[in-house]
Amino acid sequence: MSLLETRGLVKSYGGTRVLDGIDLTIQAGEMVCLIGASGSGKSTFLKCLNLLEPVDDGQILLDGVDIAEPDLDPRPVRQRIGIVFQSFNLFPHMTALENVLLAPCRVHGRRRQDVSPEVERLFTRFGLEDRMGHYPDQLSGGQQQRVAIVRALAMKPDVMLFDEITSALDPELVGDVLDVLRTLRAEGMTMVLATHEMGFARELADTVCFLDNGRMLETAPPAEIFTNPQNDRTRAFLARVL
Amino acid sequence: MPTRREIFERRQRRRANLIAALSTGAVLLAVCVLVPLSPGWESVQRAFFNGAIFARTFPGLLEAFLLDVAIFAWCAPLIAILALALAIARDLRAPALTPVRLAATAFIDIFRGLPVILVIYLVGFGIPGLGLPRPWNSPYLWGSLSLILVYAAYTAEVIRSGISSIHDSQRAAALSLGLTETDTMRYVVLPQAIRRVIPANMNLFIALQKDVALLSFIGPVEIFRQAGVYKSLLANFTPYVGAALIFLAVTIPATRYADHLMNKQRRQQQ
Repeated sequence: MSLLETRGLVKSYGGTRVLDGIDLTIQAGEMVCLIGASGSGKSTFLKCLNLLEPVDDGQILLDGVDIAEPDLDPRPVRQRIGIVFQSFNLFPHMTALENVLLAPCRVHGRRRQDVSPEVERLFTRFGLEDRMGHYPDQLSGGQQQRVAIVRALAMKPDVMLFDEITSALDPELVGDVLDVLRTLRAEGMTMVLATHEMGFARELADTVCFLDNGRMLETAPPAEIFTNPQNDRTRAFLARVL
Repeated sequence: MPTRREIFERRQRRRANLIAALSTGAVLLAVCVLVPLSPGWESVQRAFFNGAIFARTFPGLLEAFLLDVAIFAWCAPLIAILALALAIARDLRAPALTPVRLAATAFIDIFRGLPVILVIYLVGFGIPGLGLPRPWNSPYLWGSLSLILVYAAYTAEVIRSGISSIHDSQRAAALSLGLTETDTMRYVVLPQAIRRVIPANMNLFIALQKDVALLSFIGPVEIFRQAGVYKSLLANFTPYVGAALIFLAVTIPATRYADHLMNKQRRQQQ
């Protein structure tokens, strides 16, 4: 059974169909990259997956259980599916460490001194051990984004969603953040990325999906989709970005 | 060696300063010369700017002002607490809590819509009129309550504007971590919202400090009432000028500080 699967996912914003029947299967340990122009529905799709946006129709199966059920409590699902945003969204009134500790303490009800050691290990692993006491506005964009990743990881999710997490960064800071993703990939984390980093998708993804106007036009391993795209629109898009 | 630009700017600055000094001097001179020339000046001077009376009444006024400060000091924290409760209650979404939300909305509408002095009269004379025993008929109690009701309504709206100014992405980030709506409000939205509205609330509290004087209408002998007593006693208005100076000594630094906070915040948000 796949870890996460969507069937005929539909989402509209006031008459516009942003997602128009998306089918996607994600196996445990897989890394899936969503590519496509801005406004193609990549971000909305990710936000639907962890129920930040309610789905209009279709199914989302997490371990075979439909989580798109409208009256389902979204919180247990969100604890299993972490998300990192393009604009970091760190809490500006808390230090990096407090940002990360908030959810384990409040949601899992764990004590600060119990969580701290493992959280500090996460900071150390991503080269942030001397930044724990800093406030977000004292950190560079790349550091903020790595703290945001640590914050999501501290909840020990089964799946991580990344919504164009390098798009708001200065070019020289992108590498640090991509390195974090490489580490996670090597550890076997299941990941879904919306990204414009084609080189990165080509290097690491198991599957690349091309979205266009809310439809999944092509799904294939990177070696195929980048060298021999089947769909005309995929070909046109790749010709523009590569 | 100054650059051409620096020389030019220095000359411009010198010119600007000279013009400012000349025009200010001209206006001051006109006021100092023309006002004393007016036919009623001598009687006004005697009635409002009598040095001897000022010196005699000032200590008493200062002492009475301590009562204003005390009333302010116990009202302010209660206003903050009630305002926070009102602000949260107005945005409750659970259907079962609809009556609470409606009550908060009505409360804010009513007390923002009434003149402070009217509330002080209605509450300050009305409630003790029920025949309550001491100390429950004290004008301090009901006067303070009037100020608390009115100012909590204003402060609640300011806090609410702070809450809605927090970007939705902050809420999304908190919810995505599995936090409840309540925890999201308490740990993520409110701390930021309250910090953001501190300068605006400072201005409200300065207004409160002045409105404490309105309590004199229902009894307490605070500074305005004390000045009135001196006026009747000495048949002179100078004590009112003394009272005004005491208020300004507190409110001008406070408003300047609030402006400073507001400017600092604006710079940070850019």
